[in-house]
Formats: sequence, C-alpha cells, structure tokens
Amino acid sequence: MRKGLWYGLLFTAPAILGFVIFTLGPMIASLVLSLTDFNVFKDQTSFVGFSNYARLFSGEDELFYQSLGVTFYFVVLRVPAVIIISFAIALLLNMNVKGRAMFRTIIYLPSIVPAIASAMIWMWLMNPDLGLLNSMLSWLHLPTSNWLYAEGSVIPSVVLTTLWGIGSTVIIFLAGLSGIPQSYYEAIEVDGGGWYSKLRQITIPMVTPTLFFNTIMTIIGSFQVFNEAYILTQGGPNNRSLFYVFYLWRTGFRDTEMGYASALAWILFVIIMVFTYIIFKTSKSWVYYEGGERP
Amino acid sequence: MRTSKLAMAAGYTALVLISILFVVPFIWLIRSSLMDLSQIFTMPPEWIPKPFHWDNFHKALTVLPFDVFFKNTIIIVFGVLIGTVATSSIAAFGFSRIRWKGRDTVFAILMTSMMLPFAVTMIPSFLGWKELGFYDTLYPLIVPAYFGGGIFNIFLLRQFYLTIPRDFDEAAFVDGASYFKIYLKIIFPLSRSALIVVALFSFLGSWNDFMGPLIYLKSDRLFTLALGLQMFQGTYNAQWDLLMAASAVVVLPCVVVFLIGQRYFLEGITLTGLKG
Repeated sequence: MRKGLWYGLLFTAPAILGFVIFTLGPMIASLVLSLTDFNVFKDQTSFVGFSNYARLFSGEDELFYQSLGVTFYFVVLRVPAVIIISFAIALLLNMNVKGRAMFRTIIYLPSIVPAIASAMIWMWLMNPDLGLLNSMLSWLHLPTSNWLYAEGSVIPSVVLTTLWGIGSTVIIFLAGLSGIPQSYYEAIEVDGGGWYSKLRQITIPMVTPTLFFNTIMTIIGSFQVFNEAYILTQGGPNNRSLFYVFYLWRTGFRDTEMGYASALAWILFVIIMVFTYIIFKTSKSWVYYEGGERP
Repeated sequence: MRTSKLAMAAGYTALVLISILFVVPFIWLIRSSLMDLSQIFTMPPEWIPKPFHWDNFHKALTVLPFDVFFKNTIIIVFGVLIGTVATSSIAAFGFSRIRWKGRDTVFAILMTSMMLPFAVTMIPSFLGWKELGFYDTLYPLIVPAYFGGGIFNIFLLRQFYLTIPRDFDEAAFVDGASYFKIYLKIIFPLSRSALIVVALFSFLGSWNDFMGPLIYLKSDRLFTLALGLQMFQGTYNAQWDLLMAASAVVVLPCVVVFLIGQRYFLEGITLTGLKG
C-alpha cells in the first residue's frame, strides 16, 4: 500500500522509542555497570572487568548461593503446585456445573488483590498465636505451625500465599479446555472409553499448548518474586527466604552496590533464558499442535 | 464435556469446597476490619463483629495521611491509563493494519522484552531518572506508559485488530481515507471491548504496583496507597483491626473495578492465553 513503511514507522514510533529507551538502553547499561564497581556513594567508578562475576562464583558471597538455593526451592515447589492445582480447578469449571460463572469469579477474584494487601491478609491468617490457620489446626487437634516464622516452613508458606492468586492461570487453562471440540469426546464414548481415557487421550494432549504457555509464564514469574519477600519476611528467618530479586534489590538499593547488583541481575537473566530455552526445545516433543504448526 | 450425574455431584462439591477456601481470606479480612481488638483475639475465632466497629476505618485512614496516598495513586493510575490506551492502540495499529517491510521482525524484537526480567533494567532506569532530576517525583512511574504502554498491551490489541476484516480498510482507502482516518474512524471504535481490557489491566497494574513506587519515591507526601499500607504495617504491626481496615480500603477499588469489567477481563485473558 501507499508509503506503508513511513506510516508504519510513524505509528509504531512511540513503542519502538520506548523499547530503545526503557528496555534496550538500560539492558546495555546494566551489562556495562556489571563490569564496574559503581556505588552511589563512591566518587570514583572504575572498570573492573569480570571481577563482580568472579566474586559471585568464588563462594566469597555466601548470600548469593543462599538466595539462589532459596529461589530454586521456591520455583521447584511452586511451579508444579500452580500448574497442577489450576489445571484441576479448570477441569472442574469445565464441567458445566450450575453456577459456573459464580465459581469462576470467586476463583479469579483473589488474583486481582494488590500484593501488599494480600500479604497483610496472609500475615494475619498465618499469625502463629492468633491467626486463623493455627486456630483451625488446633481445633482439629492437628499440630500447628510457625508458618512464615520458622526456617523449615517459610518457603512452603510463601508458596501457599501465592496459590491464592492462581486465578488467571485457571482462566487460561479454561480457555484452552473450552477450545476442545465436543466430537472428540464423543468418539471416545463410542469406543467405550471412560473419563480416564478422555483425559489421557483427548484433554491432556489438546491442552498442551496452554500448558506450555502457563508453565513458561509461571517459571518466569516465580524466579522474580519480590513483593512477598519484601513484605512478608524481609528474607528471614535466618535468610531462609532470601529470594534472589530481594537480595538483588537489597544489594543495589540498600547497600548501594549497583555494579555488583547489575551482575546479579544478568545472572538471573541468563538463568531465566536457559530455562525458557529448555522448555521451548523440549516442547517439540510434548506440545501438540493441530495442523502441525510449531512455534 | 458430558458427564454422569455422580461425577457432576462430586465436581460440584469439590468446587464449593475450593470456593470456600478462596473466599475465607476475604471474610477474615472484612470481619477483622470491623471488630475491636479484644474480639479479634477471641478463641475460637468469631465471625460476626459484635458490635460493628465502623470507626476502625476512620481511625485507620486518619493515623496516616491516606487521603494524600489516595490522591497520588489516582494521579499515577490515570496518568498511566491514558498513556497506555492511547499509545498501545496506535502501535498495535501500526503492527497489524499497515503493511511495511520488517514489520513482523520489529514486532518480534519488541516481544522479547516480555521475557526480560525487570531486575535487569531496574538499576539503569533508576540511575537515568535520578540523573535527569526526577528521583522522588511521580514522573518515572507515569511517563514510560506514553511510549507504547507495554508490549503486552500492544500484543493483546494486535491480536484483536488482526481479527477485523481487511475489507474495511480497503474500502476506506478507495474512498481516499488516510491511515489516521482509518485508525480513528474504523479501528478505534471497533476495538472498544479490547481497549476496555487494556484499560482494566492498566488500572490494576498501577494500582497494585509496589516495587516501582518503592524504588522511585522517598517522601511520604508522594507515597501511594501500597507504600502507605506498608508504612502503616511498620508502625502499627499488632493493630490487626486497623491494619485490616486499611487493607480492605486498598482492596475494595480493585474488586469493584473487576466486578464491573469482569466480562471484558475474562475475554482479555482468553485472547492472550490462547495465542501463547
């Protein structure tokens, strides 16, 4: 069409500029910063090569390994929990029960609650002395827990608080499920298959593209958890919830070691890229695309 | 899926139980916000406030200048919303309704920013704003929205624009309309529901934002509700009645906005999720 290129660039200029100013530029700047000893309170900044990275991997910074361990533990615990539970709830919602719209609203609603408010509610629910969870447990004569305040239970507790907000993952699964043609299930019924064969042979293969999307988004999100660490635990007790991005923020903004924090950021970037790459690569063998389309 | 009566009953029961689990924190929030401290701490827990302490809200909202926090939040939320709706829809138009060389490559490059952890850009962006003299102002939280409004929103709108038949544009072209006219007169009005989705996501995104204000704002007079609530918790950490009242006030607008725009929300999530 007429002068397409000019108009195309004109319309997309704000977005392209925004990308350059707020993403590409800072990305390059961050890489450069990670090679310096930049500190807001120091007059001089010098180029230090890879020594920030060397310091990270030398074992000198124990908190770096601690935060990596904490974050991996969180990801390993949270991602399967989010995926399995949201898929199960989506299956239930897909059953066309009465009041389906209401159930859907109830399950989605917590995901729009601001992180800060959700954290307040859960701190109160998980209060070891007076919170609802422990009252319920002791009423049922079950052992109570110190939840966010004990080294062993802090990460599972944080995972639990984030499970309250899985609504959007459920809705995406539900969209994937409702896209499966009814006739496929009828074919299984004709062959005499029950709900299990339907699930194994139709539902699960057909929902793999959605599963793929949800898994990637949940992994990326879980690696970057910050609000929960900042508000609920401040990294404690005894650094057992020292989440990676919280440690990064603390290093950069509280201890003002921004060069070193930039190196931390790049390591996180590489980790997330590696995970995303692995899932993309393996997706060819487990994601089913109707019509043979591949990403 | 067609299911037997028994399976239906089991599924229904499971959904009711799950819904109770999802609702209980809300009820716990509301009931705590309306009780006095002695009733809050009763064991076993009571569910109905006796009497209703509506003055908790008044107390909670006056011990700190929540009116100022509210005003700041509103300025940010609407500043961001206007920028996002305007520039993301213009960009989405350029990425879907105009044919130009390299379009899809440029779009793919922009899409990579969705994978980028914010941790990577956070420090240089902060230093850049500080260098320009905008640290401890609301600008760093609003201005970026005027540069495309986030690739996620462009992506969502582009998905929607691609479903509008091309004949509309072609016909307008024959009549001598410019791209601007096509955007304003055809595409923008037709995409009302998708724009509402973007507006809703934008509202919630900036209302809920915690890390942005935490990094860029230092003075209390510029604090948002999220920061105010955090400050409140630091000062009155055992006052669960007041803390829950203040939390309820932060939650309420989100719930109202969601319930009003619910239909669009669910459509919007579906639109982005399916194409993932």
